[in-house]
Amino acid sequence: MASATINPTRMELNRLKGRLKTATRGHKLLKDKRDELMKQFLEIVRRNRELRAKVEKGLEEANAAFTVASALMSPEMLEQALLYPKQSVELDMSFKNIMSVNVPRYAFHTKNEDPAEIYPYGFAQTSGELDAALDALANTFHDMLELAEVEKTMQLLAADIEKTRRRVNALEYVMIPGFQEKIRYISMKLDENERGNITRLMKVKDMVLQEAHEFKQPATA
Amino acid sequence: MYKIAVLGDRDSVLGFKALGLDIFPTEGTEEARQTLHKLAKEDYAIIYITEQLATALSADINRYKTSVTPAVILIPGKGGSLGLGAQALQMAIERAVGADIG
Repeated sequence: MASATINPTRMELNRLKGRLKTATRGHKLLKDKRDELMKQFLEIVRRNRELRAKVEKGLEEANAAFTVASALMSPEMLEQALLYPKQSVELDMSFKNIMSVNVPRYAFHTKNEDPAEIYPYGFAQTSGELDAALDALANTFHDMLELAEVEKTMQLLAADIEKTRRRVNALEYVMIPGFQEKIRYISMKLDENERGNITRLMKVKDMVLQEAHEFKQPATA
Repeated sequence: MYKIAVLGDRDSVLGFKALGLDIFPTEGTEEARQTLHKLAKEDYAIIYITEQLATALSADINRYKTSVTPAVILIPGKGGSLGLGAQALQMAIERAVGADIG
């Protein structure tokens, strides 16, 4: 599509050639970026699947135990038992750069180092199922945290892959062909002008020669 | 320093309290939505939300998909897994690849 708005000049041609070069280089770079992102993404997806299955299984276990516990204990007792947690969790977040996508990395530390310290109640008034539920939760928590990290990474990567993919496609199917078409148009126009110029010069030369000839003839006659 | 929140119905989230997470038991959808947005504005880096609750809030959850914080993560509630987490995974793949790959 050679639009009528471009000037068929040598300057424009040079400018377009420069842009085409940049676009081609950008296209190659973005394509590499997309491929690498995709590779990382698929790895993360695989990890995510594993973790999610693990977490869901763990939580199901915890929920089952918890349901039994809440059936055995009165809601008030349950509430009271869990009212004041011994444990507290603090989360540190750092960032990891995957192909210029910043993804979070979580590191958590608990106030209480002892893993047996999760039970915030005395054992006298609570049912054993509650212990089992909390135990299952505590065991799953590590995976849950990793799941959060992996899932967020996956979401961010997916968004970025989509963006990169669009850019690659736009360059490949719109920008680069457009530039090529325009360059072709300008160089054809310039060549045409050149040919026009040559024929005009030849014509002028002919006319000049003719004139000189005619000028000479009466002189000799 | 960031915090972790757990959002869902009372029975599903109560246990997380013992782990030291902040729990927000909610029953109504509207209440849950407001809580979610409020938590997102505060420094909660991870918000776990039960799938049962998430079914009604999918639009609100999608809003946080492209921002770095918070990470809104679906977990199965006391009713068991609804497969929503796996569905979210599938959606992310579809988004990245541009086509549904099985």
